[in-house]
Amino acid sequence: MFYSVYTFYRDGFRRMTVGKRLWLIIAIKLFVMFAVLKTFYFPNYLNTQFETDAERASYVIDQITEGHIQKN
Amino acid sequence: MVEQIDLTQVNWARAQFALTALYHWIFVPLTLGLSFLLAFFETIYVRTGNEEWKRLTKFWMTLFAINFAIGVATGIILEFQFGTNWSNYSWIVGDIFGAPLAIEGIFAFFLEATFFAMMFFGWDRVSKRMHLFSTWMVAIGSNLSALWILVANGWMQNPVGMAFNPDTARFEMESFSEVLFNPVAISKFTHTTSSSFVLASLFVVGISSWYLLKGRHILMAKRSIVVASVFGFVAVAYVGLSGDEAAYEVAQHQPMKLAAMEGLYDGEVNAGAIALGIVNSQKIAGDTQEGMLVEVKVPFVLSLLANRKFNSFVPGINDLVFGNEEYGIVSAASRIENGKKAIAALAAYKEARNNNDDTASKQALVKLNTYKDDIGYGYLQSGVDTVPPVATTFYAFHVMVILGTLFPLVFLAFLYYIYKDEVEKKGWLHIVGLCCIPLAWVASEAGWIVAEVGRQPWAIQDLLPVRVSNTNLTTGTVQTTFFMFLFLFTLLLIAEIRIMLTQIKKGPEED
Repeated sequence: MFYSVYTFYRDGFRRMTVGKRLWLIIAIKLFVMFAVLKTFYFPNYLNTQFETDAERASYVIDQITEGHIQKN
Repeated sequence: MVEQIDLTQVNWARAQFALTALYHWIFVPLTLGLSFLLAFFETIYVRTGNEEWKRLTKFWMTLFAINFAIGVATGIILEFQFGTNWSNYSWIVGDIFGAPLAIEGIFAFFLEATFFAMMFFGWDRVSKRMHLFSTWMVAIGSNLSALWILVANGWMQNPVGMAFNPDTARFEMESFSEVLFNPVAISKFTHTTSSSFVLASLFVVGISSWYLLKGRHILMAKRSIVVASVFGFVAVAYVGLSGDEAAYEVAQHQPMKLAAMEGLYDGEVNAGAIALGIVNSQKIAGDTQEGMLVEVKVPFVLSLLANRKFNSFVPGINDLVFGNEEYGIVSAASRIENGKKAIAALAAYKEARNNNDDTASKQALVKLNTYKDDIGYGYLQSGVDTVPPVATTFYAFHVMVILGTLFPLVFLAFLYYIYKDEVEKKGWLHIVGLCCIPLAWVASEAGWIVAEVGRQPWAIQDLLPVRVSNTNLTTGTVQTTFFMFLFLFTLLLIAEIRIMLTQIKKGPEED
């Protein structure tokens, strides 16, 4: 069964005409998105700055309260 | 104009998100609509056994594959941005968005790994009926996949089924069914998917028109036009119905957005809807200038849309900013005062918890719960801050409606001339069909501009403004990634158009 699934996909990819170029575009796009953009430009800010959820919650509460109370 | 653009970090982050969403939405509606057209084409093939229908199905499937391949995963970039540019927001909504987005991700993965593969690779490997089943599953699954994203979006427009936890600073889900069956989310889903069916139908009609203009693949073009025009006409009628429902929900939950959509500053009983008009862009809420420079109004329609009653009152921007006692509308200034009390209570609650002062924390919690519904207003400086960009919302809404009125006429014209067997001779109609391809995208994108620009300043309606949702980053960081995305997406769009044009010029395989 696994072999027939494998051959199904293998033959499908082999027979593609326009699809080969599309797969190349998909591969380049995913590489740029995940290996370059996500890694170097889009870190998860709270995950990289804080270690625990409690610290993250505390930081966010400060962000949404501190500067805004002074304006009252 | 340029001096009006605010180039602060939050606005660059906003622009980056808008850019990504608009590019993403170039690909998505075609996938949603074309998948159903493929299912219709293939059903006809299986029922008739006519190989011409198979050839036709395979041709449109190739264009579907190009669009899918170029567009796949462009939406994930929005999720990158949540974590980096909008960390406050993503933390606050994480509990609500987790479930729908996880379901969407799992759904999309299994769908793509199984039925997409069978649809593209399985023509000679599985039975006709199994292949047809896969094509239908792709259509149904892709559209259901969109449901989860629209549930998340609908929640931002009308936050229901949740409670704010002041210990974790998160909105926590209390009722999944309330979130799922949120009337705003449901009307958004039906309106968005049906408008995508219209877009895809116009795409098929437009490309078929090009073949008729060139005198190539006439039979395939005519058959495609028949199916797409019938589907498009039915879909556009439903777009009208779901649009009516969407307007009603906007009136109930986001009255300021409706007022901006119509450029309505002073509320009216028996309110008319503006068919055509020019907005006075100098107008500010509360001043004495006219809101519209020119307007052509259809009487009573806005009251009917908003409240399902001709003689009902529709609040205008001034009523919502300054309040209207007669109709029980509280002023934005009062809500700002309440919001500031809620924010102060949240800060006091945190301090009391840190000091292990139970009495103070209970008192703060009572105060927070009293004013929590207006907490978002506490971040605003004045009532005028609650007004979205009126001109952008108004024009986007009217462009969408005008084009939405034009499209059924286009479908009817094609069906009429197909019926008369004269469609090949109507060169003007072929040009109209071709022009409708870009216009379909203009209408679709305009719809999202209404939905998103019209709900400013809110990231979550009434609870969290956009400018409090962002991460404390430098403007330069966001600018850099903005231009990187602009470059990447433009490259992808050029690739899509080039590959698609090559394939269209080539036409269906002569097998």
